[in-house]
Amino acid sequence: MNPFTPFESPIAVLPVDNIDTDQIIPARFLKTTTKEGLGKAVFSDWRYDAAGQPRPDFALNQGVARGAQVLVAGDNFGCGSSREHAPWALTDFGFRAVVSTSFADIFFGNALKNGLLPIKVSPEVHAKLVGQGSGAEVKVDLEAQTLTLADGTAIEFPVDPFSKRCMLMGVDELGYLQQFESEIARFEGGRTAPYDTRSVL
Amino acid sequence: MALRTLYDKIWDEHIVAQRDGEPALLYIDLHLAHEVTSPQAFDGLRTRGLKVRRPDRTIATIDHSIPTTDRSLPITDPIAAKQIEQLRTNCREFGVPLCGPGSGHQGVVHVFSPELGLVQPGMTLVCGDSHTATHGAFGVLAFGIGTSQVEMVLATQCLLQKRSRNMKVEVTGRLRPGVTAKDIILALIAKIGVGGGTGAVIEYGGEAIRSLSMEGRMTISNMTIEAGARSGLIAPDEVTFEYLKGRRFAPQGADWDAAVAKWKTLVSDEGAHFDEIVTLDGSALEPMITFGTNPAMGIPVTAAIPDPANLSGVEREGLIKALEYMGMEGGKPILGRPVDVVFVGSCTNGRIEDLRDAASILKGRKVNPKVRTLIVPGSEVVKKEAEAEGLDRIFVEAGAEWREPGCSMCLAMNGDMIQPGETCVATSNRNFEGRQGPGGRTLLASPLTAAASAVAGTVADPRSFA
Ligand code: SF4
Repeated sequence: MNPFTPFESPIAVLPVDNIDTDQIIPARFLKTTTKEGLGKAVFSDWRYDAAGQPRPDFALNQGVARGAQVLVAGDNFGCGSSREHAPWALTDFGFRAVVSTSFADIFFGNALKNGLLPIKVSPEVHAKLVGQGSGAEVKVDLEAQTLTLADGTAIEFPVDPFSKRCMLMGVDELGYLQQFESEIARFEGGRTAPYDTRSVL
Repeated sequence: MALRTLYDKIWDEHIVAQRDGEPALLYIDLHLAHEVTSPQAFDGLRTRGLKVRRPDRTIATIDHSIPTTDRSLPITDPIAAKQIEQLRTNCREFGVPLCGPGSGHQGVVHVFSPELGLVQPGMTLVCGDSHTATHGAFGVLAFGIGTSQVEMVLATQCLLQKRSRNMKVEVTGRLRPGVTAKDIILALIAKIGVGGGTGAVIEYGGEAIRSLSMEGRMTISNMTIEAGARSGLIAPDEVTFEYLKGRRFAPQGADWDAAVAKWKTLVSDEGAHFDEIVTLDGSALEPMITFGTNPAMGIPVTAAIPDPANLSGVEREGLIKALEYMGMEGGKPILGRPVDVVFVGSCTNGRIEDLRDAASILKGRKVNPKVRTLIVPGSEVVKKEAEAEGLDRIFVEAGAEWREPGCSMCLAMNGDMIQPGETCVATSNRNFEGRQGPGGRTLLASPLTAAASAVAGTVADPRSFA
């Protein structure tokens, strides 16, 4: 994971509520055994018609959204499955942040672990961004926890300090967990395993 | 000592360490793996040169991408075949036991593990799958995780976690005939919404829950995630102990008695604090069905489809979009809506009791010839049991397809899918756009309602088939 640095980018606006992970990345693309290349399939069923041609009316297919690294989506973004393919697909496509009024739990955690910043804003700020439409410029600064709109207003957003530190430093949680080896060993020493799953074979 | 909820008790017992202002290290007792969300995690271990810390607390099966057709034939989709082969290789290399097809235990990850008695009250359990909440029916803290976390658990048997909110759902009264666990959970989600449980662990209680079998309880806990909650919990009781007794991995002899004594303490203390309490009158429930594109868009089968004219703003927009996708008209009854496909199966309703329910309607009747009906047992154990009871013959004689176990049409990644524009009454848990195939329309319902609809050829009320 790369350290998360401040950046400026146009937004892509997709103001649909309850966008679930089956829309972000349909299940038929989950047969992959790697993390790369999923950007091609992000929002596949909305982006392409039955013949595989891009639908001109879909937000991400429009010129103004080109190069957008910030996705502005509706309420309860990322509900549905635990598939980490959803943040992989979004980052592979080029997104580094998603702005919404709320996020589904598992998606929220998965995004943070994969360098995709979920930015929770108030309905008013959200409405403003949606009103400006795709192509409007924003600035994202994780260190300062601010999203700066085109008119210069800086909006603060919440991030838990731990995830923030991990993202800024580009370190992952597994590295952090490994520091606790002796605590884990001690904990395990204090309990007897209920069974050995391997005896099933 | 402070009064604690069941969730608090399990949580407290599994905290390995916690530094100030940082998330806690939660110890995981059992980790379930399957082919879809694990390959990148095993790859990560290889890159870092790590082992699986506790293969004895890990178990895998193959369910999502496996065909449900004749198992003696090779898998024709090369990408699915590769993914399945990858899991076999990973399990072999890392010493993780795998219950593959033909092992006698293969099945949907959330169906095969309780059957083996692996899921026991008071445990923590994770799987790279959101419906892991299923196991909460045993008084187990069980939740879905992403692939990075799968890697963390494989490597350290721990996860970084923050404490969740405590929420309680009381389902009072007795269910009326024709109303099942699936109807309770669909009604609850319709009531609190797809975000109603966000950030919470929901503990279910009340007479209607207590009188359910383990199968029914699993159906409820399974769909907790569809209300946005992290996990569902049901305190263990005699029904739980009865289910576990004698199962392969359940404690035996004196260990059994000691275990039961411990399990009996796994209840929320009288007066323990819940951040939110929701009550549902179980005796007033009717068979439920969804009409829209998320699991909260559910109504009693006898009700009219909601009319956007009665809403405003984004809610109205959302409903209009959903009805358009579903080809439904607001204000019209849902009964009588033509059905093309019926799917009975999945980790929500693919257990033996669900198949018995479906069979109770299909027995001596014929599926409407226009309807393709798939009955997919949740596991090899369920399949065997159903065949021993003669359920398979009832299905086949009724004109339904009796398949091999797997996720199948629940998420349509194994080739079992519906066609664009088709309507499917499914016993699974998600009705998102395209969930069962691009352009497909899914109506979620109980096995009773699904079977009744298969016979009628339209959405039907199971009570008219009693
Ligand atoms: S049956 Fe459906 S919901 Fe359950 S594990 Fe399989 S795909 Fe997921």
